[in-house]
Amino acid sequence: MPLAYNLPTGLPPSTVKNTASLVRIVAFALISGAAIASRLFAVINFESIIHEFDPWFNYRATRVLASKGFYEFWNWFDPTAWYPLGRVVGGTIYPGLMATSGVIYNVLQALHLPVDIRNICVLLAPGFSALTAWSTYMFTREMKDDRAGLLAAAFIGIVPGYISRSVAGSYDNEAIAIFLLMFTFYLWIKALKLGSALFGTFAALFYFYMVAAWGGYAFITNMIPLHALALIIMGRYNSRLYVAYSTWYAIGTLASMQVPFVGFQPIRTSEHMGALGVFGLLQIVAFVELVRSHVSSKQFQDLLFVSVIAAGAVGTGTIIGLTYMGWIAPWTGRFYSLWDTGYAKKYIPIIASVSEHQPTAWPSFFMDLQFLVFLFPAGVIMCFRELRDEHVFVIIYSLVGSYFAGVMVRLMLTLTPCVCVASAIALSQVLDTYINPVEPDAPEDAKDEGESKKEKKAAASVGSASVVELITGENKKDRKAGIFGLAPRIAVLLHTGAMLWFFVLHCTWVTSNAYSSPSVVLASHQRDGMHLIDDFREAYYWLRQNTPETAVVMSWWDYGYQIAGMADRPTLVDNNTWNNTHIATVGKAMSSSEEVAYPILRKHDVDYVLVIFGGLIGYSGDDINKFLWMVRIAQGVWPDEIREPDYFTPNGEYRIDDRASETMKNSLMYKMSFYRYNDIFGGGQAMDRVRNQVVPKNGPTLDYLEEAFTSENWIVRIYAVKKDDLLGRDLKVANAFEQGKKRKRSKPPIKRRALA
Amino acid sequence: MTRRDPTGPPARASSQAATPTAVQSLWKAYIDTTPARLKFIDAFLAFLVLSGVAQFVYCILVSSFPFNAFLAGFASSVGQFVLTASLRIQVNPENRTLYKTVSPERAFADFAIGSVVLHFFVFNFLG
Repeated sequence: MPLAYNLPTGLPPSTVKNTASLVRIVAFALISGAAIASRLFAVINFESIIHEFDPWFNYRATRVLASKGFYEFWNWFDPTAWYPLGRVVGGTIYPGLMATSGVIYNVLQALHLPVDIRNICVLLAPGFSALTAWSTYMFTREMKDDRAGLLAAAFIGIVPGYISRSVAGSYDNEAIAIFLLMFTFYLWIKALKLGSALFGTFAALFYFYMVAAWGGYAFITNMIPLHALALIIMGRYNSRLYVAYSTWYAIGTLASMQVPFVGFQPIRTSEHMGALGVFGLLQIVAFVELVRSHVSSKQFQDLLFVSVIAAGAVGTGTIIGLTYMGWIAPWTGRFYSLWDTGYAKKYIPIIASVSEHQPTAWPSFFMDLQFLVFLFPAGVIMCFRELRDEHVFVIIYSLVGSYFAGVMVRLMLTLTPCVCVASAIALSQVLDTYINPVEPDAPEDAKDEGESKKEKKAAASVGSASVVELITGENKKDRKAGIFGLAPRIAVLLHTGAMLWFFVLHCTWVTSNAYSSPSVVLASHQRDGMHLIDDFREAYYWLRQNTPETAVVMSWWDYGYQIAGMADRPTLVDNNTWNNTHIATVGKAMSSSEEVAYPILRKHDVDYVLVIFGGLIGYSGDDINKFLWMVRIAQGVWPDEIREPDYFTPNGEYRIDDRASETMKNSLMYKMSFYRYNDIFGGGQAMDRVRNQVVPKNGPTLDYLEEAFTSENWIVRIYAVKKDDLLGRDLKVANAFEQGKKRKRSKPPIKRRALA
Repeated sequence: MTRRDPTGPPARASSQAATPTAVQSLWKAYIDTTPARLKFIDAFLAFLVLSGVAQFVYCILVSSFPFNAFLAGFASSVGQFVLTASLRIQVNPENRTLYKTVSPERAFADFAIGSVVLHFFVFNFLG
């Protein structure tokens, strides 16, 4: 065999094997290091702090778990959330994340390592990202080989699509769920390949862990049956499939019902029926196979075939019938919104209002995956070339994952591992082809062959030739001209290396710039460096220090978890959006006039109202920009009182300046946002820097609320709800009296009296 | 869960439809060619099917009141059935070529571990 370049000869196979394994381990250590390190931008740029919204609740729950123990946590009823309803926390969460941190915390305590629970929570996601890299390696190894596995591990370690959910401080369910997802899939593939009940059992156990950790477990619940069904339809049924699937389903389903939040759903909702149906189908198929092995009569076999189809039809009919009878719950609204992207906006505005539930914009595919997006289809096609059972899995996963990632931004996360695996398969195929020194025999180059033999001999004899020469084979002169020579190889490899290098640069850049902001602390870059804007914590601590512990704070639901976590005050609504009416009540209070809102506030014992206002420094995620969602959600419950078109100008524009509609100007949200905003401009034009509009000269006045606190950059504004007037007057009248205004309405009553 | 049972009935239904000789020949073939070990496992499987059917009938006719208890019991039957069926498949000499890494002893160990895990959850779910 002619070689494009020389390989060192005479090495014992054991040395090669050991070196390869050492290189693998070192590479793996480096990948883990890179995965963890690139997630630490958030800690280095800011501090060790919990990010965003949901993580604050998880953190709060974990603190309860760590300080009071598991049973207290399990039975925890939180009276401060959803005031006055309260929330049964133990039964309405996926406890996997908190339990994981709790176990780590207790192990460290037992080892006398007094690590703060907050640091465990902050660093949990980076830690698990290393495990994700490892499980992706194992998974890809089953698809191709070690080389592809290492590439996949490196990809998943730094790809922004996964980092976006797992930077340090992003203490959310996804932090551990992606590891569990990949590991469960790996175990499933392994069980399927070996037909091992042991791996099936492990797959079920990790499935259980996944169910306990993330609502996205339904993805596994449907992916594995889909794979099994595809294999049956492709005529690839064998008893290994039966062993793997049955073991996984029988144990996994029972295990998943142990999580209180899931309960009886696995046998009661349509999302889980596919898995049950495939389970039943497999039993029938297995039975038929067994009978078939004992009889060979053609007629009998045909009869069996018909009976399988009939049984399948009867089973499907039964499930549909039970759905109509109401025993099995039909698809939930969240599920429908995956098939019809307009569904949520029409029927469940609360789901549509969450920004991460929007359809994905195409640039974010490039932003999150960079060149993997181009390699991904190539990898899928590579899977078709061999098309073993496990390759079918990757193909199905890529189809399903791509669809879901296109429908919802947050589901980009489930696509990412599959993209990494497929791209790694494609890229390692390229590297394999171009690094492998063996040149295929061409029929006409007999002369070449002789030449190369001579050269080989020469190379072998020149023991003192420099290593560089030996490796690059530069001592060859004329042989390198062909397509199999070194030049095209080096060109391709350099190009591949450059692509990988740009991928690393891109990932680092995206991670440090886009995904490492805690959103609790904001950064603004100016000429003299970075300024931290810490208004949120300033305001939350103000609440914590200056209000009684029982003071109820009303805000839009986005800030519920943060208020509970940082200010430790009861809130009306929070990010666990289970009660639409309660949220709509808050929406109504925010979007109606003061007179209408005041009774609502008093009925709910609200002491303080908190709004986020970004007009002064240009923080675009503020409440005025979210305001239309409040209106829409309130309109869903009170269509007669709140109407979305009222909040637009006659031209259909959403404005806050002079031309804003009266309803808009009178709404509580508008008033609270722009109350006394003119004052800081000292008589000049008051600009709203988010909407680039001029605020009206005569700012809004407040009668039923009073300003209690406004943070440094005006991002958080807190208003106290006035108590009843001591003299029993209407607060508006009392206010007018305070300001020395004449009672304008003093005349009509006299008139009426005169009439009587 | 209703789908577990059709394994028995459809086959029975089809065998009734077929000529009695076909069923007889099937039975004869089964008696003649199946090793005693597998017959023993089959007896256990038949028992599990009966146990599952009995629980299901009870649930429909009498009450499903502690629903979790019913599910645990039923899942115990079903789960044990599929684990045992897996064991049967793995130790079946005809399938030797499919299972290169799973020896009969290994199959039994897998079966034991799977059963322990299954019944851990069953016990937890009984309430």
